[in-house]
Amino acid sequence: MLRFLARRLALTFLVLLGVATLVFSLIHLIPGDPAQAMLGEAASPQDVEELRQKLGLDRPLVEQYGHFVGGLLRGDLGTSLRTGLPVTAQILERMPATLELAAAAMFVAVMIAIPLGIAAAVRRGTAVDHTAMVLALSGVSIPNFWLGPLLAIIFAVELGWLPVSGRGTWAHLVLPALSLGAALAAILARMMRASLLEELRELYMLAARARGASRARAVLRHAFRNSLIPVVTIIGLQFGAVLTGAVITETVFAWPGIGRLLIQSIGFRDYPLVQGCILLIAVTYVAVNLLTDLLYGVLDPRIRFE
Amino acid sequence: MTRTGAAIVLVVVIAALFGPVVAPFDPATQELALRLEGPTGLHWFGLDELGRDIFTRVLYGARISLLVGIVVVGVSATAGIAMGAIAGYFGGRVDETISRVIDILLAFPGLLLAIAVVAVLGPSLTNVVFALTLIGWVGYARLVRGQVLRAREFEFVQAARALGATTPRILLRHVIPTTLPAVTVQATLGMGAAILNEASLSFLGLGVQPPTPSWGTMLNYGRGHLLDAPHLTIFPGVAIAILVLGFNFLGDGLRDVLDPAAKRRV
Repeated sequence: MLRFLARRLALTFLVLLGVATLVFSLIHLIPGDPAQAMLGEAASPQDVEELRQKLGLDRPLVEQYGHFVGGLLRGDLGTSLRTGLPVTAQILERMPATLELAAAAMFVAVMIAIPLGIAAAVRRGTAVDHTAMVLALSGVSIPNFWLGPLLAIIFAVELGWLPVSGRGTWAHLVLPALSLGAALAAILARMMRASLLEELRELYMLAARARGASRARAVLRHAFRNSLIPVVTIIGLQFGAVLTGAVITETVFAWPGIGRLLIQSIGFRDYPLVQGCILLIAVTYVAVNLLTDLLYGVLDPRIRFE
Repeated sequence: MTRTGAAIVLVVVIAALFGPVVAPFDPATQELALRLEGPTGLHWFGLDELGRDIFTRVLYGARISLLVGIVVVGVSATAGIAMGAIAGYFGGRVDETISRVIDILLAFPGLLLAIAVVAVLGPSLTNVVFALTLIGWVGYARLVRGQVLRAREFEFVQAARALGATTPRILLRHVIPTTLPAVTVQATLGMGAAILNEASLSFLGLGVQPPTPSWGTMLNYGRGHLLDAPHLTIFPGVAIAILVLGFNFLGDGLRDVLDPAAKRRV
């Protein structure tokens, strides 16, 4: 177990270094002079030079990289060009909204996917199975930036049941969580079905039925519990897709999270803030993947001895 | 489902190819007096915020979506096959280096990296294709690496080696062809993903720029008229969903035929 943990942590360190390097490189990918691009064509040469010095762009690349990584280790992501406030503070202020939305979307997805997946597996080959799987493939294919406005038209505009945008009450969370969770629900339902089908073929199911357990009891008490292991892994691994999806959903529903902050800062060419948002989303994703892997290692001993 | 998927894709390809011939209007012609008008007998999908015919723009938008899908999948698959085959066949340090690059790129949620790249390079169709290819090749490389690791031990590969075939010949003639069924499945599903990602970037204002008709851009502009003209949002969205669904149906069906082992993983 210790060897598995050490190998996984070493890989995570390497990945984090790679993520930091990619985010650092972003500013240097800007065509032409990055300082000029941030301030716009109308900026005076003096202002451009001042910004160049402020961002350290006048120093050698290696020194800039060292400064960037050093800042990261201290939790210093620089200051926003637009507001002059520290990037870290601005991101941390928005973080709870994004986590709230992501958690709600995952909850919605699990609540839809598990019954759908079970129904499809238990009734394999029937109309229930086909309908569930067509629904699942549709869920993956419908863009969340279209589903969101559609839900808003129906439930906010036509029926007036829910608010169309913003954050505050539980009611505000329903539409964004539904539109963000739909694709994940579709993926999980397919996974749940496949995983449960594997378990239903196992001999212990036959043994449970032979001992007199009803089919429902055998499925729910035995096969279902075993089939959850890969589903839990997929939930963890799909967290990144949910975070990226949140960028779009937050834009659609004016949800004040990191995703919306990212798109707004791209619009303002506030690159330190853009770097900060991307870094934080990527690091959160890496951390959740690490936790998922470790959890999987605990749940399934075969993994850690491989 | 496979046939339905193939039929959907075929219809959209025909619409994209012959769109300019059958389209009733020019995609850029504006009838400002009729702006935001709903669907009528003349304008089947209604008119947009500048009085342009939405049906015509949806037809032209199919060209952009398919073009992005084909270029992104073509370049990503080629690059991914090359990198995956090299990593899997040679092993050792080469494999270690390529695998770590794959790990790092996979550590980024794909669309987020594309957003980051387009944000710094500027919004344009070329940059969208570049950004989506940058994230796209990784999946193919990982898939092909795994397949090549297995294929290099096959007897016919060892026989080719014993007969003195050169490494490029062994890779191109013997090893890579064994990976093609799985790559075909991934490429079909990848078309749907690339189309969805292009639409996402265009929706965020980071992709195809107006006046070029792109489904994502049309949805972006429709957002401002959700209350007074929902048809601006409904039709381009239906087009995206149907085409992506078509590729997903087709990819799923092909997987059952070409790569049955993968079925258990889904």
